[in-house]
Amino acid sequence: MNKPSYVYVTYIRATAEKVWSAITDRDITQHYWAHWNVSDWTVGAKWDHQRCDGSNVVDITGIVVESVRPRRLVISWADPKEAARPEKVSRVTFEIVPHADDVTRLTVTHDELEAGSGMEKGITQGWPIVLASLKSWLETGKPVPFGATCSN
Amino acid sequence: MDLVFKALADATRRKLLDRLHADNGQTLGALCEHLAMTRQAVTKHLVLLEKANLVATVRRGREKLHYLNPVPIHEIAERWINKFERSRLDALSALKKGLESGDE
Repeated sequence: MNKPSYVYVTYIRATAEKVWSAITDRDITQHYWAHWNVSDWTVGAKWDHQRCDGSNVVDITGIVVESVRPRRLVISWADPKEAARPEKVSRVTFEIVPHADDVTRLTVTHDELEAGSGMEKGITQGWPIVLASLKSWLETGKPVPFGATCSN
Repeated sequence: MDLVFKALADATRRKLLDRLHADNGQTLGALCEHLAMTRQAVTKHLVLLEKANLVATVRRGREKLHYLNPVPIHEIAERWINKFERSRLDALSALKKGLESGDE
């Protein structure tokens, strides 16, 4: 197995359960990610990262590989147009670990990326923004604005 | 945030981050190769970077791999730069509204 490509860490003043919900509950993801994360989050289930601007476009899709609420979630990750090509399917691991008192450590590991791909470029720009926005939403109730917003 | 600025206020530590930016996920040994420093000195710098959450480590077998974690730097940018842009945009939008309502 290759080494992970990218590792992102943020410390959030929230419980592990709240962080898990913020990643998996479509009604929460829409506030800080401008997308719904839609799945029942059972192993083998499909998940979609769907725009909530009224277009319902699915930007990312994949399968739930591991799901241990509220500690660990592993999903495959691909552009729906490329999801049938194995070299285009990458993998994202969320690890949620209580750190101290009411602080939780969230680690996002993104690996199996195709080197030099548009997806690689996209996720390196995207994850820091998404994680900063997630942290801000959970701690202050305000997301970090990054363009698209939800229509509802 | 103090820890982040403290960690960044050192040329060697910035160089370590540059090296991880160029090639993410390196062992201590690999990071030492291009630095004229003892392993102990590099370890000390890496500990400070990890405390500031600018470096994340992953264990792979017996290896410890170091990754650049840009999330705290993004939080700094978000705290100041984006906020200033927002207020500029707000000012522009107010100006536009004022000009457009002027001929009513």
